[in-house]
Amino acid sequence: MFGWEFPPHISGGLGTACYGLTKAMLKADMDILFVVPRLYGDEPAGSMQLISASGVEVDPGDEVFQSEGGKISLFEIDSTLLPYTTEEEYLDLVKQLETVDQVSKIKWDSRTYSFSGGYGKNLMEEVKRYAIVASNIAKAHDFDIIHAHDWLTYLAGIEARKISGKPLVVHMHATEFDRSGENMNPSVFAIEKTGMQAADKVVAVSHLTRDTVIKKHDIDPEKVITVHNGVEPFENKSLVEVKKHFPEKIVTFLGRITYQKGPEYFIEAAYKVLQRDDNVRFVMAGSGDMLPRMIRRVAELGMGARFHFTGFLRGPDVDRMYGMSDAYVMPSVSEPFGISPLEAMRSNVPVIISRQSGVSEVLKHALKVDYWDIDGMADAIYGTLNYPGLMNMFKKHGKKEVEGIKWDQAAYKLKQIYQNMLHV
Amino acid sequence: MKNICLYFQVHQPYRLATYRFFDIGDHDRYFDDHANRFIMQQVAEKCYLPANDVLLSLIDRYGDDFKVAFSISGMALEQFKAYAPKVIESFQKLASTGAIEFLAETWAHSLASLKSKKEFEAQVSLHKQAIWELFGQKTVTFRNTELIYSNDIAKMVFDQGYKTMLTEGAKHILGWRSPNKLYASAKVPGLRLLLKNFRLSDDIAFRFSNRDWNEWPLTAEKFVSWFQQAAPGDEVINLFMDYETFGEHQWKETGIFDFLEAFPALAIEQAGMRFKTPGMLAEELKPETELDVPYPISWADEERDLTAWLGNELQDEAFEKLYQLEKDVYHTGDEKLLRTWRLLQTSDHFYYMCTKWFSDGDVHKYFNPYNSPYDAFIHYMNVLSDFTIRVKIPSPAR
Repeated sequence: MFGWEFPPHISGGLGTACYGLTKAMLKADMDILFVVPRLYGDEPAGSMQLISASGVEVDPGDEVFQSEGGKISLFEIDSTLLPYTTEEEYLDLVKQLETVDQVSKIKWDSRTYSFSGGYGKNLMEEVKRYAIVASNIAKAHDFDIIHAHDWLTYLAGIEARKISGKPLVVHMHATEFDRSGENMNPSVFAIEKTGMQAADKVVAVSHLTRDTVIKKHDIDPEKVITVHNGVEPFENKSLVEVKKHFPEKIVTFLGRITYQKGPEYFIEAAYKVLQRDDNVRFVMAGSGDMLPRMIRRVAELGMGARFHFTGFLRGPDVDRMYGMSDAYVMPSVSEPFGISPLEAMRSNVPVIISRQSGVSEVLKHALKVDYWDIDGMADAIYGTLNYPGLMNMFKKHGKKEVEGIKWDQAAYKLKQIYQNMLHV
Repeated sequence: MKNICLYFQVHQPYRLATYRFFDIGDHDRYFDDHANRFIMQQVAEKCYLPANDVLLSLIDRYGDDFKVAFSISGMALEQFKAYAPKVIESFQKLASTGAIEFLAETWAHSLASLKSKKEFEAQVSLHKQAIWELFGQKTVTFRNTELIYSNDIAKMVFDQGYKTMLTEGAKHILGWRSPNKLYASAKVPGLRLLLKNFRLSDDIAFRFSNRDWNEWPLTAEKFVSWFQQAAPGDEVINLFMDYETFGEHQWKETGIFDFLEAFPALAIEQAGMRFKTPGMLAEELKPETELDVPYPISWADEERDLTAWLGNELQDEAFEKLYQLEKDVYHTGDEKLLRTWRLLQTSDHFYYMCTKWFSDGDVHKYFNPYNSPYDAFIHYMNVLSDFTIRVKIPSPAR
């Protein structure tokens, strides 16, 4: 398997997803070699063999090396290239971007390469370099299947396939379309498409993502299979009891305030609810490039007294926020999976989620609306706050449902896919 | 085995419109007239009219040997009048042959029998009146919504003057006994019970076009041969099902209409059987024994209980709030409010809120216009909230 990061050194959620998945795969009797750009030595590998791409020797005369090395072009990347980024991770990333900028340019004649393993400005260079190293790793090891996680590792997967002749599975955790809408980064999109075309099977984390790659990347539907993500069992921390200092109910949006997350739909729905219900306050927690616009819009609608911005929240504050909430809304425009509603449900908060999210495909005890359907969203919020039957249902079933969404199911399905490919 | 009892249920609810919370207090256009008209007209063309034609030709051919029972809900009758008057004419034509028995039920296809004796009786009377006016028949047999039955309901039905009632041949009630006999109520022994043979009924209603079923395809020959396997002493096979089975649940292309025509012909001509109405059978047969049913049964799902309509938090809240209004609604003396209250009692609304279909299946999904029980609940509660406001306003202001 080719990944880009592994806990505890993660800046996106990709590492967390790979960790959960591989752990379940090991339980299901699969042996895994997991390659990451660099290792720190404290990764919880268990019985899995973790391989660092840093330090693997490559021959500067290597044909692949030559052809790829010559064409390397650097371009500025922005942080939104990552899947599963949470609010906290996003800020870390911004910091990282600033520091990585100072990392010296790599010399292409060196025989080994020390990857930063992050998401800095040299990202595209690292992605290509990773591919070159991958072919060497593929030569040195014995395996049956190559599995590459997200576009960052697709070139590596393709090289490994060329060298070994083994079948390639590429795993779409997020697409460039989800991250950027119609303003896609063409280089990233091209790598996604090349990776999926070269692959023998494509695994998508939701039907939504499957549809995206079929429609946007023009991939043969026959070879795209949905394997829904699982969730790591949450540590058994007690629910935060929070004292509110006002009687009104609270409806919360918590996440990056960016195009992908649909914050403006939350505001418009809030406005509709406030027209009829004065026993409610709305909270938008998080930061992002759309925040100033959102603050202006709330002011324009004259509901500042009932609509609050918290800025960005960290760990304990996030739990407190859930503890205070009577409803959680995730109005994402495009969410390949989406883990935050599950965290809300675990805190016994009813959730209203957009149908344009992978998680809506696996959740039953959630209210689902199209992200653009402001009336429907407002109605769902109003209903949750005013009809006790809903709250009681969610409380009774929500937490239990989240606990049932396991990585084991994903690992089982993946094993079947592998077995079909290997005809065993 | 000599007798077959064919009974078909005809029902269409008044489906709710998308009614948002900001419509509360603003307007009372609760029902989706377009959808209701469209669905009624479509089902009329696909099911009611062609199926009636098949029955007419069977009656024509077999005279006294072929009889059928129908129960048509009050709101189906109303919607026929409004949207598909040809269907009424077609049923009237059937009625005029004398081969049809129309059964009594609650006008609004409601669950009133579980909650309010007064409302139950009012709806049964309304329905009785409607059948009399349209078909000139005085109903003598009762069937409750979704074949819901219990000792208490038996008493109410008997008190309304009915001597025969239909219900489900639920396994947990019958035990080792056969559904193919006449029974009586343990609570009111004067009330005769005909029980649905659910295996044979569901072979048609649910399994007819299912290619995974090991008996597929179901031919008339095979089906009639199963009648002959009944135990000695069995007297009637009760085939009870939704009329929409023909052409709507099972499409025309599956051959369901050919089957509807072929199996009675075969049963009469080759097996020497006769099709009789519940009223006739209750007169002819002697009750085998009395059945004690302390907890309500129905014809729905594996459980054959009420959990398709009541029991989860959503259903219970909606149901309680609705019937809490009973006194206030009557108190207004307002015919329009009373009628609306009844339309909101239709069992379908509660069926849409069932969360069992998360696991129990396609049948529920098929009949559900909502994406989820939560959506159904929110729409219903918005409507009920508005309705409550209107009921509570003192009448001069209304």
